[in-house]
Amino acid sequence: MPKQNSRWTDRQIELIIGKLLRIGVILAAFVVFAGGIYYLAYYGASSPDYRVFRGEPTDLRHVRGIVQDAFALHSRGLIQLGLLLLIATPVARVAFSILAFAVQRDRVYVVVTIIVLSVLMFSLAGGHI
Amino acid sequence: MIKSKLVMDALVFTVLIWLGSIIAGFFGALTGLGGGVVIVPLLALGFGVDIRYAIGASLISVIATSSGAASAYVKEGYSNIRIGMFLEIATTLGALAGAFLAQRLPTSTIAVIFGIILVYSSFISVRPPRPKPSANIPNKLATRLRMNSSYPTPTGRKPYYVHSVPAGFGLMFGAGTISGLLGIGAGVVKVLAMDQAMRIPFKVSTTTSNFMIGVTAAASAGVYLNRGYIDPGLAMPVTLGVLLGSLLGAFVLVRAKTRLLRMVFSLIILLLAVEMIYSGLTGKL
Repeated sequence: MPKQNSRWTDRQIELIIGKLLRIGVILAAFVVFAGGIYYLAYYGASSPDYRVFRGEPTDLRHVRGIVQDAFALHSRGLIQLGLLLLIATPVARVAFSILAFAVQRDRVYVVVTIIVLSVLMFSLAGGHI
Repeated sequence: MIKSKLVMDALVFTVLIWLGSIIAGFFGALTGLGGGVVIVPLLALGFGVDIRYAIGASLISVIATSSGAASAYVKEGYSNIRIGMFLEIATTLGALAGAFLAQRLPTSTIAVIFGIILVYSSFISVRPPRPKPSANIPNKLATRLRMNSSYPTPTGRKPYYVHSVPAGFGLMFGAGTISGLLGIGAGVVKVLAMDQAMRIPFKVSTTTSNFMIGVTAAASAGVYLNRGYIDPGLAMPVTLGVLLGSLLGAFVLVRAKTRLLRMVFSLIILLLAVEMIYSGLTGKL
């Protein structure tokens, strides 16, 4: 391995990633929980039916719609925002890794990580071929 | 089991699913199989939830537990970020393929495939394959990819060499496809690829696998979200329950003897497998 005096070591990168993941999960769980309480206060007495698959309404399928619903304080939109934060947590980890590998001047892994991030972004954009 | 004819209001439904998810997460962490393998059958068979909603909710919970556990594991210094990142190319592409496949296959076929994976998981959790001794000679490709590293042991850090990168890569694509198709972490397949093909030490492969599961699941979650498979009312109790359960499970794991629990759990999984396959073949799911 090359000298890593002033650059980040693998160990330091791992610890930052660990912190990043923890913050993401705690934040997401908090938003989902808050939205959940709100949801039950509103819809607690209704009877949900998941036996027949209908698919979610369009606004709960896309990042923009979810954010709009959440900021309009719709309970289901709020939960969905929390779930989106959860999906975004590993994506953020990958994005951070590009920076970390770049600081280490590890070109091969910068490319490897960009490929992984591209697949993730393609999926989040809806995965339309 | 609760028959689907019973009408429940959202509050009772949410609390029951939350409790079930805690148990699933607890045993999933204890056995290393993850919560998803129990959550999907629980929702589909127990609560009569359409398997597509069940898979969507499970997938989200998989991301939560993986990220939560990975944040604890990195401190111990076993996981290898280079191995993880390189193999994530394969698992994320596989996950995309799995998510697209899930939209095209009939739900009954998905149920049968799920059942087969459950049988395999049940078998593995009782009889884990013996780890192969790691080789002492460096492999050219693995060296080029800087995958060789060392891991902490009581007598200091022990170096290891990674092997069969292409075979591991191929198996990882398969693991990603299973994860994306069934909404589970498929950690069993990932660990198998790393242990058996790439000869990575057990502690390194399990922690690195866990690290990869979240990214893999995120790759198919985007597609699932876009196709309307992820319902907030259902994913909320599942995610919060599995997350809590897996934290409890990890806590107990370091303190208790888990042999008996593993046996019981693998038996339950086997029964779920039989019911999934039966329901799939008879067209009930």
